[in-house]
Amino acid sequence: MGTLDFNIAHMLAGALMLASMTMLYQKRLFALINIYALQAVILALSVAWQAVLQHAAQLYITALIAFLFKALVIPYALHRIIVRLRIHREIETVIGTGPAMLAGMALTGLAMAVMLRATANVDLLAREDLAFALAVLLLGLMMMVTRRNAVSQIVGFLSLENGLILAAAGTQGMPFVVEISIAFSILVAFVVIGVFLFRIRERFDTVDLRALDAFRGERRLAEAFPATTACNEGDEMP
Amino acid sequence: MSIAALLCCVALFIALSLLSAAVNRLFNATIIIYCACFAIALVMLWGGVVHLLTHASDMTIVLPIGLPWTGAHFKLDALAAFFLVVVNLGAATASFYALGYGRHEEAPHRVLPFYPAFLAAMNLVVLANDAFTFLFSWELMSLASWALVMAHHREKENARAGYIYIVMASFGTLMLLLAFALLSGPGGHYVFSGMQGHVLTPLRAAVVLFLVLLGAGSKAGIYPLHVWLPLAHPAAPSHVSGLMSGVMTKVAVYGFIRIVFGLLGGTGEDGGMAVLALGGITAVMGVLYALLQHDLKKLLAYHTVENIGIIFIGLGLALVFQADGHAAFAALAFTAALFHVFNHSLFKSLLFFGAGAVQTATRTRDMERLGGLIHRMPQTAFVFLVGCAAISALPPFNGFASEWLTFQAIIQGPVLTHWGLKTLVPVAGAMLALAAALAAACFVKVYGIVFLGRPRTEPAKSAVETDRFSLATMSFLALLCLLAGIFPGVFTSGLTPAVHEMTGAQMPQHAIWLSLVPVSAVRSSYNGLFIFIFIVLAAGVAAFVARRFGGGAPRQAPAWDCGFPLDDPATQYTAGSFAQPIRRVFGGHLFRASARVEMPPPGSLAPARLIRELHDLAWEEIYKRIAARVLCIAERLNRFQVLSLRHYLSIVFFCLILLLMVLTLWF
Repeated sequence: MGTLDFNIAHMLAGALMLASMTMLYQKRLFALINIYALQAVILALSVAWQAVLQHAAQLYITALIAFLFKALVIPYALHRIIVRLRIHREIETVIGTGPAMLAGMALTGLAMAVMLRATANVDLLAREDLAFALAVLLLGLMMMVTRRNAVSQIVGFLSLENGLILAAAGTQGMPFVVEISIAFSILVAFVVIGVFLFRIRERFDTVDLRALDAFRGERRLAEAFPATTACNEGDEMP
Repeated sequence: MSIAALLCCVALFIALSLLSAAVNRLFNATIIIYCACFAIALVMLWGGVVHLLTHASDMTIVLPIGLPWTGAHFKLDALAAFFLVVVNLGAATASFYALGYGRHEEAPHRVLPFYPAFLAAMNLVVLANDAFTFLFSWELMSLASWALVMAHHREKENARAGYIYIVMASFGTLMLLLAFALLSGPGGHYVFSGMQGHVLTPLRAAVVLFLVLLGAGSKAGIYPLHVWLPLAHPAAPSHVSGLMSGVMTKVAVYGFIRIVFGLLGGTGEDGGMAVLALGGITAVMGVLYALLQHDLKKLLAYHTVENIGIIFIGLGLALVFQADGHAAFAALAFTAALFHVFNHSLFKSLLFFGAGAVQTATRTRDMERLGGLIHRMPQTAFVFLVGCAAISALPPFNGFASEWLTFQAIIQGPVLTHWGLKTLVPVAGAMLALAAALAAACFVKVYGIVFLGRPRTEPAKSAVETDRFSLATMSFLALLCLLAGIFPGVFTSGLTPAVHEMTGAQMPQHAIWLSLVPVSAVRSSYNGLFIFIFIVLAAGVAAFVARRFGGGAPRQAPAWDCGFPLDDPATQYTAGSFAQPIRRVFGGHLFRASARVEMPPPGSLAPARLIRELHDLAWEEIYKRIAARVLCIAERLNRFQVLSLRHYLSIVFFCLILLLMVLTLWF
């Protein structure tokens, strides 16, 4: 493998991670979806480049699926959902750019430290790819944790999955079936979540997940009976 | 008899259990099931006795069941054979007793399916030769006996007893599981022979001993792990109570011996001291609880705690003598412990069967509501008296022989070199003496209140003698108690192979096989037959003299009634009156007992009241605190039930981050 080949692969993986970082602090939903589409394009390029390097024809199909679904279909559908839900003007409260960057950098550093150490005897490209993939995954998870809006949580979940595809494509010998099934499960998850979004909207007139929390009966139950019988119960002498 | 035949008997028990689940509503099911149990138990008893008396060599067998890569290992050696005898003698007598007693059972379909399974499980524990089979049978034994405890589950007290029992039983099994995990060593051996091979570090050995004391001790009823025992044993039907108290606690003792003596190869002096001290405390506390108890079956259950203490004193002595290099004395103490195991299984079964007979006849277990039963149930009263004398360690009965042997082992204490032991062994001796004396006081109370005096209530007045199956069983056990007391040498020489297997030595064999010689004939010996003949002669002469010179025909006169000529039976001495001096002496600190008189205000016509309070410190200071702590923690953890999706995600996320950091920093 030449240095140029490696550098291109490296750059694409790095760009993928950069897109994840950028998503962390997006306040507007349209911007978020656009960056997600950009990430999907980068993923498709990255997988295609892997196909060139590994001479693996099936990876072209993976790249094509990634491009078609993730860069075109899903962003378009999300756009429509946002418009139909009329939340395109909403501004989400997210953590500030500075803290988001710091946290993202810390996560990336952690991912590097773990992966580079764990895969000491794997070839260099796979190592780098795995490290970036883990970083993308952690960033996606962090996005799901920090966001309150259901749509942005979906985007976080989808970008998390991009990391998985990157890892699967980067390692040689990953069966094609696995990639296909990942792609399809994501699609199903997307459809299901989309349906649920409308349901939530119909019922609560918002897609802010805090409304769901308030609806759940357990919380109110727990507040009604704080510390029921604990700490002062016991039986008499046998 | 080969071990395969014994295992076939166990399989028959299990088959019987399944069968009775199907047919238990038939008219004759009770008789058929108990008859079959009796027959199978007799066969297994025969197998154990033959193996013990012929000094047969060990037999092992591996069955391709259980864990796929190890199979189920079984072994019949001398120790297992001895405990087979104990288990199946108890099983046979209980089954025969149940032929009569079981007819009064209101819900036989709750008892019959579990009874053979319980017998099978106890036999399997004794025969098991690998950790998996052992724990499986142990747990089966717990569950089957739990089901029997819950037979009359509609009574609130029984449900509580069952709950506490199942918690303690699971805890005990968990402790044994951990002990086996430590014993299995780096090779990860399941089979006992593989565990024996390697030597553990002192710390590991101490932890194993601690875990076994918790695990087997909670089953046997060591203080303060005994709390379930006086609740669960009385809750079961009486023949099962007899089995649980007389036999199942002995299976727990077997587990302790098998692991500590067999697998661990003994403990150091410190470990032995711990066992000895626990035994002493258990013996004294058990009998004190019993004295303050007025429920007949609960009282008997507390006496089981006391006797387990005596057995553990013997085992602790064997451990310290072994650690100090006195194999002969270790054999003496071990023989005493095993002999007491056997004796206790006899008289405790007898007493529980007697209590069952009393309960069937009067519908109550409360001693304050009984009285005068010697006139209504003379035969039961006679055999119960034998049981009382045996458990109070009165010669010529068997309880005396084994407690005397334990004392003989204690008297050898001065040969020990460890300074702590030099002081602890006499203390243990004093505790044993105290426990024996208090036990005698307690059974004076039992017999005096239940069988003597005048009936206190209507049911006690109208009681009738129990059925002939129960009487035959109790008479047989009473006869065995007497025989084991008169010819203790015969029984202890039967124990020799088991003692030799575990301690590497044995008590001296001697020409006069009738007498019991702990160390050498010059120092001390006990001949039960001479004592028996002497007692019979002395009693005969005394009776003759009293008849001859004490005046002629019996005359009837008013009974002495404390100078208060009232007819009411409530004026009699009560169980509470008997216990009062003991409560005054020991109760203040050990039970935080208090009694006060509550006077009505002047002018009020209300009666004055004597209010007594007793506190079970083991229950309040240990169990209630643990329960409260567990509830507190559960309450805190309850918050995790009602988090939002985002919070759950955050928990996953931070756990992942934490694990990744651990991975980075440590590996």
